[in-house]
Amino acid sequence: MSTTPRNILVVALLAALVLLPVYAGLTGDRFMLTLFTRIVILALAAVSLNLILGYGGMMSFGHAAYLGIGGYAVGMLAHEGIYTGFVQWPVALAASALFALVIGALSLRTRGVYFIMITLAFAQMAYYGIAGLARYGGDDGLTIYKRSQFFAPIDLSNKVQFYYLCLALLYGSIYLVWRLVNSRFGMVIQGSRSNDLRMRAIGFPTYRYRLVCFVIAGTLCGLSGALIANHTDFVSPAMMYWTRSGDLIIMVVLGGMGSVVGPVIGAVALLVLEEALPSVITFVLHPFMGEKAAGYGEFWQIVLGPLLLLVVLFARGGIDGLLAKLRAKAVP
Amino acid sequence: MSETLLQVENLAKRFEGIVATDHIMLNVAAGELHAIIGPNGAGKTTLIAQLGGQLTPDSGRIRFDGHDITALPMYRRSRLGLARSFQITSLFLDLSVLDNVALAVQAHAGHSFRFWRDARQEAELREPARAALERVGLNDRADLPASALSHGEHRQIELAMALVGSPRMLLLDEPMAGLGPEESARMVEMLRALKKELTILLVEHDMEAVFALADRITVLVYGRVIASGAPAEIRANAAVREAYLGEAEGEGAGHV
Repeated sequence: MSTTPRNILVVALLAALVLLPVYAGLTGDRFMLTLFTRIVILALAAVSLNLILGYGGMMSFGHAAYLGIGGYAVGMLAHEGIYTGFVQWPVALAASALFALVIGALSLRTRGVYFIMITLAFAQMAYYGIAGLARYGGDDGLTIYKRSQFFAPIDLSNKVQFYYLCLALLYGSIYLVWRLVNSRFGMVIQGSRSNDLRMRAIGFPTYRYRLVCFVIAGTLCGLSGALIANHTDFVSPAMMYWTRSGDLIIMVVLGGMGSVVGPVIGAVALLVLEEALPSVITFVLHPFMGEKAAGYGEFWQIVLGPLLLLVVLFARGGIDGLLAKLRAKAVP
Repeated sequence: MSETLLQVENLAKRFEGIVATDHIMLNVAAGELHAIIGPNGAGKTTLIAQLGGQLTPDSGRIRFDGHDITALPMYRRSRLGLARSFQITSLFLDLSVLDNVALAVQAHAGHSFRFWRDARQEAELREPARAALERVGLNDRADLPASALSHGEHRQIELAMALVGSPRMLLLDEPMAGLGPEESARMVEMLRALKKELTILLVEHDMEAVFALADRITVLVYGRVIASGAPAEIRANAAVREAYLGEAEGEGAGHV
C-alpha cells in the first residue's frame, strides 16, 4: 500500500478505533465506548451491504432484516434458556443465510426498481412476522437478561472486551470482503454489476454467483445482528424496520461504494454526526437565541440531509472518493 | 466447404404481430465467413440474438456442431464454442481493458467459485488476455479503464474477448458500425486474418466489407431469406438488386 494521504487517513482511522477504549478508559468517558461499539457493529453491517451494493450493484433495500434475524436468533434462544454463544451465533448466521437464500433466489430474477421493491417487501414481511410473535414480546421487543456465553476468559459483559470482539469481527470482515472482491468470484460479481448481459454472453451463469454473494452478505449482516442484541441486551422489530435499511445504504454511499473501508468511514461519519449535530446546532445558535437554542438541536436532520445531498451530488465515490482525490491533487 | 457447423431450421419469431424472423433456413459450413445482409428492419439483429441465446424463438430449431442449442441459455452456447460480439459495444466500462479480456478468459477456465486468490495476479488469466490484446493491437492500452478508449478500440476489445475462448464460431453483429474509414479498413484486415481460423457469421451494413470478406451471403428482407449464395450470385440476383441493394450500392459492390 502506497503512502497517499488517503491511505494514511484510513490507517489512522482504523488505528484510532483500536485505541479508542484506551482513550475512553483514561477520560472515564463510558458513553464514548458505548457509542463506538454501536458504530463498529453497524459498520460491520454496512461492510456486508457494500459487498452486494457497491461491488455487486445489487441495491438491496431490505438489508436490516438480517440485523433483526441475527438479533432475534440470539434473543429467542436466550429467552428459551439457551445462552451459549456456540449455539446462538451459528443459529443467527444460519437463519440469516437461509433468509438471504430464499429472498435472493426470488429477487435476483428481477432488476432495478423491482429488485429494490422486492427486497424491501421481504424485509417488511420479516418485520411484521417478528412483530407478531407474542411469545417474544411482539411489537414491544424482547429483553435479553444474559449475554451470549463463551468459554472462560471471554466475557461479553465486559465492555472493553466486547468492543474488541466487535472490532476484530469488523476487521476480519473487511479482510474477507477484500479477498472476495478481488478473487475470481469477485471479478464475476463486479463484471455482473458492470454489464450482466455481457457476462452471460461470454459464458457466466451470473445468477448463481450473485445469489452466493447475496447469501454471504446476508450472513455477515446476521453476525452484526447477533452483536447488536448483545450490545443493547434488547431486541425489537424496530431494528429491522425499513428506515434502518436506509441508514445502512446511507453509510455505504456516504463512505464510498468503491472501496472495502468506505462503509466504515460512512458508519463513523453518519453516527458521529447524528450524535454531534444537535450540540453543534445548539452551539452555533446560542449567541443569537440564548437559551432557546437548545430546543433547535433536535432539528439536526435538517443539516444532515443537505450534507448527504452534497456528498451524493459532488463526491461520487463518497468520503473515501474525496480522500482519494486529495492524492490526485497533491501529486500532479 | 465441408460439414455444416451451424444449422438453422424454420426459425420463427414474432413481436406482437410483427414477423421479425419468418421461418428462416440457414446453413453455415465450418470454415466459411457467412454474411447476412438486409435493409433496416429485416430482422438481422433478431436473428443473431436468437442464435446467441438472448432471444428464444417461437418455433424452429438451431443446431450447432451436432447439438440442438435452441433452448440453451447464453452461457452454455458460449461454452460450446459459439461466441458473439454485440452491435452496440457492450463492455465492462468501469473495469480496465485487461480486466475485460481476463474476464472472458475466466469464463472459459471452469467455474469461478474461487473466493480467495487475487484474480488479477493469476498468470493463467492475465497472460492469455494479454496475448489476445496483442493480437488485436491493443497491448499498450491494457491498463487503462475501458471507458477511456475510442469506439474503434472498443470494437477491438470486443474481438479480443471473443477470441480468448478459442471459439469455433463467431457471431459478429455489425462490427464496423460507427467506425471511421481507417478503423473499418483495419477491422476488415483483422477479420480476414480471423476467417482462416474460425467460422464467422457476420451481420453488416458495410457492403464493401461484406463483399470483400464473405464466402457466402444470405439476404434477409422482412424476416425472410430472399437469396443465399456466393457473393457473385448475390450481386447478380435480380430480386436482391431490386429489393435491397439499389443502383448506387449495387455498383459500389460491383467494384470489389
